[in-house]
Amino acid sequence: MAKVVAVTGNEACANALRQVNPDVCGIYPITPQTDMMQRYASFIANGKVTTESILVESEHSSMSACIGAAAAGGRVITATSSQGLALMWEMLHIASGDRLPIIMPVVNRALSAPLNIHGDHSDAMGARDTGWIQIWSENAQESYDNTIQAFRIGEHMDIRLPVMVCLDGFIISHSIERMEYLEDGEVRDFVGEFKNFLPLLDLEKPKSYGPLILTDLYHEYKRAQHEVMTKVKDVVLDVAKDFEKLSGRKYGLFESYRLEDADIALVILNSAAGTSKDVIDEFRQRGVKAGLLKPRLFRPFPYEEAAEALKNTKAVCVMDRADSFGGYGPLFMEITSALYHLKERPVLINKIYGLGGRDYMPSHAELVLNELNEIAKGGKVKIIKEYLGVRE
Amino acid sequence: MAETVEIRWHGRGGQGTVTAAKVLADACLSGGRYVQAFPEYGPERAGAPLRAYNRVSSKELRMHCPVLNPDIVAVADATLLDSINTAEGAKDNTIFIVNTSKDPKEVREKLKAVQSQKVFSLDATKIAIECFGRALPNSPMLGAVCKITGLIPLEHLLEDVKKSFGKKFSQKIIDGNLAATKRGYEEVKEG
Repeated sequence: MAKVVAVTGNEACANALRQVNPDVCGIYPITPQTDMMQRYASFIANGKVTTESILVESEHSSMSACIGAAAAGGRVITATSSQGLALMWEMLHIASGDRLPIIMPVVNRALSAPLNIHGDHSDAMGARDTGWIQIWSENAQESYDNTIQAFRIGEHMDIRLPVMVCLDGFIISHSIERMEYLEDGEVRDFVGEFKNFLPLLDLEKPKSYGPLILTDLYHEYKRAQHEVMTKVKDVVLDVAKDFEKLSGRKYGLFESYRLEDADIALVILNSAAGTSKDVIDEFRQRGVKAGLLKPRLFRPFPYEEAAEALKNTKAVCVMDRADSFGGYGPLFMEITSALYHLKERPVLINKIYGLGGRDYMPSHAELVLNELNEIAKGGKVKIIKEYLGVRE
Repeated sequence: MAETVEIRWHGRGGQGTVTAAKVLADACLSGGRYVQAFPEYGPERAGAPLRAYNRVSSKELRMHCPVLNPDIVAVADATLLDSINTAEGAKDNTIFIVNTSKDPKEVREKLKAVQSQKVFSLDATKIAIECFGRALPNSPMLGAVCKITGLIPLEHLLEDVKKSFGKKFSQKIIDGNLAATKRGYEEVKEG
């Protein structure tokens, strides 16, 4: 039986991790770390889990400890945010290159300078090319559900890759909302026993991780990493199917909201998608065919499926809560790549919104949908990439 | 009550306003309702003005942004009426609940409330001091919000206050807060 609670996103993820009860957890306990790991540390202290915690002196060391523990043959977790993820960057590549299925909720927050730790996607977007699977979550329920599913995806014998589960800083991580917990036993059974793959702690078959590979084989090694990423989509969908049987909640590669017959659409990640859906309903009531695509799996990105979902629209705005300065927003670049191969494709614009925790309000969604409506009726695109809601 | 009720709390850091919003959210979970509770995060300083929000709805809450047009404005510190616009974004039928020793009529004037807006007041700080010896108005404010909104029965709220305070405080403090919640419920009056 599901238990209905009112909790923060951090509490929800900490409880998902508790229900899985992994072997090892690397913890760096200082801001920008959130109370997710504090809560997990209290589960350890109170005997709710048998996880061994490794308290370290930096996020770089936290990821290093996780890599060591995962290579040794353990089921390993940590969590991070903002500068913490940035400091991990070097080690993120090693976790994925060594094919270690470490599970890590990432509370999406801004990067310095200037100093700001509010909701923003710059941290995880900066880790886009580190070889980690990235799953994004709209609310506390999705953060919890995705954390549980992440174990099955990352640890799948055909995959063996680390997974980041992304949720919006403060807006979800620190805000309380209604959600449902599964039973501890249900989660344990769903995730299953951890299966080892080539553990270091195996004296019969000694092996080494991360050795020097020269020009003769590095290229092939990276090609193999690309290959395994192409298999992730199917695994994500299979796991989602099983999860739906357990929970009744349906997940895909992305969420299509009122897209089937939409003329105009927003593509938007995480919590702002929820706010946008309410505005889309208002536009629908007024007879404007608006829809929304909310990516869930960002790495690997489901290009063909996203293009299929958006192909009949006339105008699309891709909304980014991060910027690639001197370039377009990171999500915009994915959607343009996805749509390029279509013979006929919608007009695309890019809005940068909500950096450093700037509130994304219904009025922002209205502005963008009105602009799209004009474009769909044959209006000209004035500026392709623009900052939304800037104080002049 | 409408399908969705949106509440904006005004308080000062250290008065327990954020806790009040959290307790209310938890108490409103009953009956399959959806709830949200979240503060406006800034540099957290004791005494600084802060806002916190609640949404309670019979349908799924997807909106993840501050409440702009509150149905209820709960002011935990009357000095805020002089320093910030607590009526910002108020609707024609917004209800104000203010912690003050002043007469609710005076508060109504200060808020420049229109006829269709209801104004209630209670001396939550006095109640708190009498019940548990500290000037923390959150539990009597909760009692008042419970009475005025009718979102939950008082007994139900008391259970949640007990649960929430029970984690951190002694029996004496818990009992004091329960008594203060009850008195807030009983003593809130219209102006």
